[in-house]
Order: sequence, then C-alpha cells, then structure tokens
Amino acid sequence: MRGPLGEQPDESGAHLKDGAPAGSAAALALDRTWSDPPGLLGWFCAINHKTIATRFLVTTLAFFALGGLLAAAMRLQLSRPENGLMGPDLYNQVFTMHGSTMMFLFAVPVMQAMATYFVPLMIGARSVAFPRMNAYAYYVFLAGGTMLWIAFAFNSAGDAGWFAYPPLSGPDYSPGKRIDFWAQMITYTELAALLEAVVVITTVFKLRAPGMTLGRMPLFVWAMLVTAFAVLFAMPAVMLSSTALLLDRLVGTHFYNPAEGGDAILWQHLFWFFGHPEVYLIFMPGLGFMSAIISTFTKRPVFGYTAMVLSLIATAFLSFGLWVHHMFATNLPDLGKTFFTAASMLIAIPSATQIFCWLATIGGGRLVLRTPMLYALSFFFILVIGGMTGLMLASVSLDTQVHDTYFVVAHLHYVLIGGAVFPLFGALYYWYPKFTGRVMSEKLGKASFWTMFVAFNVAFFPMHVLGLQGMPRRIYTYQSGMGWDGLNLLSSIGSYAFAFGIFLTLANAIRSRRAGEVAGPDPWGAGTLEWATDSPPAPPNFHRIPVVHGPYPLWEVPPAGAPTHVAGLSAGIREHLITTVIDAKPDHRTTFPAPTPWPFVAAICTTILFTGLVFTPWAVVWGTIPVAIALTIWFWPKRAEVRRALAVEKAS
Amino acid sequence: MKRLAVVLALSALAAAVLAATPTPDAAHQVFEPMGPQAGHIGQLWNLFVAICAVVFGVVLAVLLVALWRAPRAPHTAPGDVSPLADPERRATRRVGLGVGAITVLLLVLVVASVFTDRAIARLSLKDAVSLEVTAHQWWWTVKYLDGEHVSDRVETANEIHVPVGRPVIVQLRSDDVIHSLWLPNLAGKRDLIPGRTAMVTFRADQPGVYRGQCAEFCGYQHALMGLLVVAETPERYQAWLQAQRQPAQPPTDAQAVRGRTVFESTACAMCHTVNGTQAQGKKAPDLTHVASRSTLAAGTLPNTREALADWIRDPQKHKPGTNMPAVPLSREDLDAVVTYLGSLR
Repeated sequence: MRGPLGEQPDESGAHLKDGAPAGSAAALALDRTWSDPPGLLGWFCAINHKTIATRFLVTTLAFFALGGLLAAAMRLQLSRPENGLMGPDLYNQVFTMHGSTMMFLFAVPVMQAMATYFVPLMIGARSVAFPRMNAYAYYVFLAGGTMLWIAFAFNSAGDAGWFAYPPLSGPDYSPGKRIDFWAQMITYTELAALLEAVVVITTVFKLRAPGMTLGRMPLFVWAMLVTAFAVLFAMPAVMLSSTALLLDRLVGTHFYNPAEGGDAILWQHLFWFFGHPEVYLIFMPGLGFMSAIISTFTKRPVFGYTAMVLSLIATAFLSFGLWVHHMFATNLPDLGKTFFTAASMLIAIPSATQIFCWLATIGGGRLVLRTPMLYALSFFFILVIGGMTGLMLASVSLDTQVHDTYFVVAHLHYVLIGGAVFPLFGALYYWYPKFTGRVMSEKLGKASFWTMFVAFNVAFFPMHVLGLQGMPRRIYTYQSGMGWDGLNLLSSIGSYAFAFGIFLTLANAIRSRRAGEVAGPDPWGAGTLEWATDSPPAPPNFHRIPVVHGPYPLWEVPPAGAPTHVAGLSAGIREHLITTVIDAKPDHRTTFPAPTPWPFVAAICTTILFTGLVFTPWAVVWGTIPVAIALTIWFWPKRAEVRRALAVEKAS
Repeated sequence: MKRLAVVLALSALAAAVLAATPTPDAAHQVFEPMGPQAGHIGQLWNLFVAICAVVFGVVLAVLLVALWRAPRAPHTAPGDVSPLADPERRATRRVGLGVGAITVLLLVLVVASVFTDRAIARLSLKDAVSLEVTAHQWWWTVKYLDGEHVSDRVETANEIHVPVGRPVIVQLRSDDVIHSLWLPNLAGKRDLIPGRTAMVTFRADQPGVYRGQCAEFCGYQHALMGLLVVAETPERYQAWLQAQRQPAQPPTDAQAVRGRTVFESTACAMCHTVNGTQAQGKKAPDLTHVASRSTLAAGTLPNTREALADWIRDPQKHKPGTNMPAVPLSREDLDAVVTYLGSLR
C-alpha cells in the first residue's frame, strides 16, 4: 500500500517504537538502525559517535606517542653537554614538532575525542549532533596531522617553534616549505577543532535526556561545554594569524614585516590571544575528568556544584584576558603589563575554589583508592606546583628573569601534564570499560601510576633549577662549563622512566582488552548516565531514553510515580528527541542522517585544497571545485530517506 | 620497605649527578644578584616562594588528613546522595575561608609585584653609561654612545664592559629576527625586536664577569649566542674605553704584516671591520680590538690562537648554520692571519 508520495510501507521495523528493554524486537531494530554499515566501504561511511570518537582517540594517542618519542630524542640530546647526536637543524624541527604535536594534535583533540564519546552517553543521547560533520572533522584532523608528520619525514617540518614568531618564521628567515606546511596544518587542525566545538555545544544544548536540566548536568559535561565555547572564540585568532603568515610567505603580504609597515608583535598578540586560552582548553576537560572520578571514588556528589560550574565559566572568561603575560619581555608599556599581572593571578581564584571543593568532597566521602583515583589525586601535587610557578610567571619583573628559560618548560609541563595528562590517564582507566567492556588491571595500573608520578617529578622538577641557573629554552646544546650537566642528566633519566610508566599503561590497555575482568554496565558503582547502559554501549547507546530526576540518576531513587524513561521514537529510522536548552523539556523529534562516505570524500578534497595551497595560491581556484562537488552531494536530499521518514510518520 | 629503597636509590642518583657537575666559568645565576635590578627581583622571588610554599604545604596537609580520615568503601558500592539535601555548612565555611585567604594572598603578591616593577623603573640614571646593543643571528654588536665627538664612539662585539657602581642604559635593536638580551645576575630580559627599539637599565655593584645569553629562539644558533659583561673599577673601565677608541695598531713583525695583507685581500674584509685598515665590512663583528676580548663567536670559544685558527678554518663545525663562511687559506696565510688578529689588542 503506497502513500500519496509513493512512499513504501517500511519493512525494517518502522512500525516498531523504542522504549522496550534490550533483547526485544524493538531494541534489535534500534541496534540495526544506529549501526554503521559493515565492510570496508562501511568503514568509510561510519558516523556513529562512538566509532568516530574511538578512532579520534586512538589517533590522538598515537600522536601523543609520537610527540613523546620526540621528547625522548631531545632528552637524549640534552643529557650531556655538547652532544653531537643532533645538529640544530634537526633539533629545531624536533622541538617544533614536539610542541605542535602535543598542543595541536594531542592535547586539545584528545579532549574533544573524549567529549564526543562520553557527552552523549552522559546526557542520555543516542548520538552527537551533526554526526556527519563530526566524521568530517575527524578526517580533516587526521589528514592535517598526517600531513605535518609526512612533511617531517621529508625533512620539511616547521623549525621555528610551535609559537613560530615572525620574522624568524617569515619568508626572509625561513625560506623553503617548512613553515608553509606548519602554518597550513594549524589552520587545518583548528578547523576540525571548531567543528567539534559546534558538535559538542549543540549536543549538550539540544540532545539531553528529558529532565536533565542545566543544573543537573554532570560537571564533566559542563567542562566540555565551557571548553567548546572557549574553542569557538580562541581558534579563529590562531587561524587568522597562521593564514596571515602563509599570505606573507606565499603572496608577499607584509602583515608581520616591519620594513614594509607590518608589525612583528602583531603575531604575538594574535597567537597568544589563542595560545593562552589554549592552555585552559587543555586544562578544563581535565577538571571535568577530576570531578567525574572524585565523585565516583568518594561515593558522593561533588561538593559545591554551583561554585564548580561558575569557576569553570570564570576560568574560561579570564583565560582570554591574560595573553600579554607571554609578552612581558617585549617593549609594551609597563603599566599596561601590570593589568595582565592582576588578570593572570585572578585566575588562581576559580582554580583554588575547585581544588577546595574537591578537598571538601574527599573529606566528606567514603574513599576508594583505585588507579583512576590515584591519577586524580596526583593533580593536587603536580598541578598545584604548576599553578604556583604560574603565579611567578604572572609577575612582570619575576617573569623577566624566568621567561623563556627551562623554568617555564618545567612550569608548563607541571600544568599540562599535572592538569590534563594525569587526569586523562585516570579517565582512561575509569572509562576503559565503556570502550571495551573490561576493566584494566589494577596491579599494572598502580605500577604505571607510581612510576609516572615519581619519574615525572624527577624529569621536570630539576628544570626549575636549570632555568634559575640561566639555561634558556629551545637550545639544541649547551657548553660544558655552564654547570647544567648533572641536572640535565637527572632530568633525562627521569624522562625515560616516565616514558616507561606510560608504556606500562599502554601494555595494560592492550592486555586488558582480552584478559581484563569483564566489567558489566557499572563496575565502579558510579552515579552518572553512561554507567546505566552496557559496556561497551549498544549502537543507539540507550534502548530506552532515560528520564532524569537529579544530577546523579543512578544513585537517586526517582520520585514515586515519576516516569523512568520515554518511549515512542521510531526504531526503524534515526529519530531523536530534541529537548529545550535550559530545562531539557521534550520539544520535538528530528531525524538524524544515515551513514555516508561523503564526509570522508569531502575531507580528502579539503586536504587537496589545503595542501595545494602550500605550493600555489592558485589552489584556491581549482581546489575549491572538488570540495564544492563533495559537499553538494553530501547535502543533496535523498528521495528514499524522505520516503522512509514519511512512512514512519504515517505509521505513527 | 621497597618504597624506601626506591627513595634512597633516587636520592643517591641525584647526589651522584650533582656531584659530577663542574662549577661554571662565568656567573649566570638568577639568584646571585650583583646589582639593584636583579636584587629587587630576588627579594620578590623570596616572597613568592615563601607564600607559595606555605599554601602548597597547607593544601597537601589538608589532602593527606582527608585521605587518612575518610572511611574506605568497596569500589562497587553505590554513592550516597544525602549531601545533595544537606547544605554542608561546615565544609562551605571552610571552602569560603580558603578562597578568601587565597584572594588576600594573591592581592599581597600583586601589590608586591607592582612595587618591584616600580623600584626597577626608578633606578637613578644620573651619570649613566649609554650603550646600544644590536642583535644579529647569532652575535651582538655593542656601541658605546658616550663621548664628546662622534669619533669617541666605540664599537665592539659580544662583550660589554661597564664600570662598577654606575648605571647603564642599554638601547636594544635587532638587525634581523627577534632576540632577547638576558643578563641573569644583573637584570631581567628584554626583547630586541626588528622595527622597534627597547631599553633596559641596570647597575653592577660587584666587579666580576657575568654571562649573558639570547633568550628568545632565533634560529640555528640560538643556543650559542652568549655575551659577557665585564664589570670593573671605574679606572680600569676608563682605560679600557680609551684603548677601544684607538684605531688598530699597525703590525710590526713580518708574519703579522703578511696577515694584515691576507685579511684585507680575502673574504675577511668583506664582512669585518678593522679600524685604521681597508677592512670596513659591516656584516660581522668589528675586529679592531679582537684580541682584547676573552671569547670568540659570541661566547662559543675561548680566545686562544688554536681556537681562532680552528674557527677560521671551519666555522660550521663549531656553530652549524653560522653566517661566517669557511675561508680557504693556505696554512701559512692562516697562521699569518691568526698572528695578525692576535696583535689587535
């Protein structure tokens, strides 16, 4: 029986509605509907947020490993004075690649990968918003990162540092293609970051399960939301500055050339207007991991929910007001710099608020000292030291002594590794069951943690002292009469032990995939929604969309007679419930797009355009044509899909 | 027990590597201030370290007490949401108190920092020595601007002589990319930015040799871009300045005369200046009194005959990427040039 538009009655379960428990016919139909297609072609069509996020996560962790190898190479070179292992040409590429890889290809994207995996699970959604764009963003990121590393393999990696100050990075002092590749990679991977931010914001605002008001959202989701907003404001600054640099190099504009009316300092303002928030883009998700882990392993809600949320927002706002503290050694007016001292120190207040709230949580809870909690606890030691040295860098006159020395290298690793990497490792141990269905080995986990914790301090604490002894950053070697030999050797030894600690976690993850204890839905007795579903979750995440009555749905007993879930979405097509932004009241239904290879193809075309631009400005002309074609096909409405949607409407 | 062994082993390791470190030749320590500017910063540093250490200690102590006192739970136990209904007044008060204390301490630090900036800006510049330092990839030009006549101006490279007790005003310029001048014992660093001028002031109160360094990444040889500040008594400083104002002494012995001829007739003279000769190149360090300096190649090599010969023979070996080319000279010519340069005191 055909409908008025010729639509076919649907055989694949359109008449089935969701809301039935796992194992029912409707649940099976849901699984089928939200699955990615099988086979090799299916691999390129995949848009399920868990599939894409897992690939994204593995990719970023691979970049982390590569960046770590570069760090190991640098520590080998610096382990003794006048070491001939690397010359300046290679060393400059290596430290540029280390910084760029860690900042652009690991630290921010790994957080976005975690967000796109866990935000939907934590808010009771079946997908991220814009799943195809999510896939496209991942492929763009993958291509951008790969391009940078291929350039490195061909001796063409950037060699002006991850900060790439002109005129050194300009056409006069860095001829060749090295900086072109580097600048283009920035624009590229930040495009992916912007798209991911849009995905996360929309997911959080519109796809929350009914009843999950903004005030009941897990702090992890808040952290990811605030981070996504900060990405939205920070990344355009660096994309603008890197594009202007590329224009200076490619077509002879003079944005940064003082001889032609440009300004070398302009870059620094634009770069650090991005670069300082960048640090908080890495740090704030870490705060989200901390809140999730601490609440679960103290068996109680995090103390001071409102204060925690406001602190996150305050951190994000303030992070845009202190970029000049990277430029205290320039000739900006002294009084002006003082304002940035105050702003930089101010950010310690929200950070302290969160730290004290966690301490209150630990003090008022029942403790579980498992590996994820150990990683979270190390934050209080490492990050607090990093925060303290941060205060020293915020002071104009103190900064003029320690700026651009190994003191800063120590500081930034304490902040980024203590504030993001240790919590991230905790998060990987904590959520590993949600990826694989198994728990990681506790014994190996503890061994890895203690090795990492001790080795980290052995590797990085001596750098504070080296900086105070006059050792500048970014030097490929040092002379033996400087008095830096011993501490550098100690630091190198520590860094290798640190790498070994990370390796233990890697080995643990590989081993536990097969041999780990089977987790079940909720191995930790946790309180948030991602633990309400299977480990790993079925393709639609939840067979029954939960109705939320409090911030810790799994710990709370819903009021008598209140609904526990909603039902009535089609199991045969990708229907999703859209809720209101503040109260998460059911608003309307929408249909999500089906898997397609076109995001992948569009990403390839974008890559050709961007890579072509490194070689000729004419790539703008011919390179946009395939991009336009791919995007057109991607967005072209499909008659069959419309028919199916109509059939579902008629059947209901 | 095992942990104790680990701690002991680590301490032994740390002690061993520290003992293996030779003492440095020239001072370049932030916290051995030799003048008022670095001195003010040193005091501020002490205040920061004291406050931060106390706060860190308190946070750690609170954490350890909380960890020690909190009851343990099995990891699968469900959570207790009763705190959601309970306002937890005591914890609220304590957190509020903590945040309040932090805010006050931060205010102390901000005020102390601003007053330090002021103290640094207020260095009396009466009777100051005026210098201009221009940074290049990867060396420094130093010009002395004092004197009644233009001819009194002195140009040298990679070595600054200053009189003890007199303030010094340094104008900063860059010839190519961004560099940063850092004299840890004397003052904080200041960037040298092409297209802009900057200034730094300091005073050395103790005679001595202090090492300075480029602190902003500037390309291949950022690592080996040092300079020396020689702080000496006013009399010795004046004598040095007078000597620097003289043109180069014409060589007397035959080998040095030959060296001068070679110097003037090969690539050397394209880039280097020796006042009083035909060598007037402006691309590279002024060599009029090169023998009076203690290092070569911006603090890279000691100024000895062997090091100089080796440097001229193959500069890329010592500073890969340096703009000085290897000059092909016969053995005799090289010896002659080295002798000649050695006579330029």
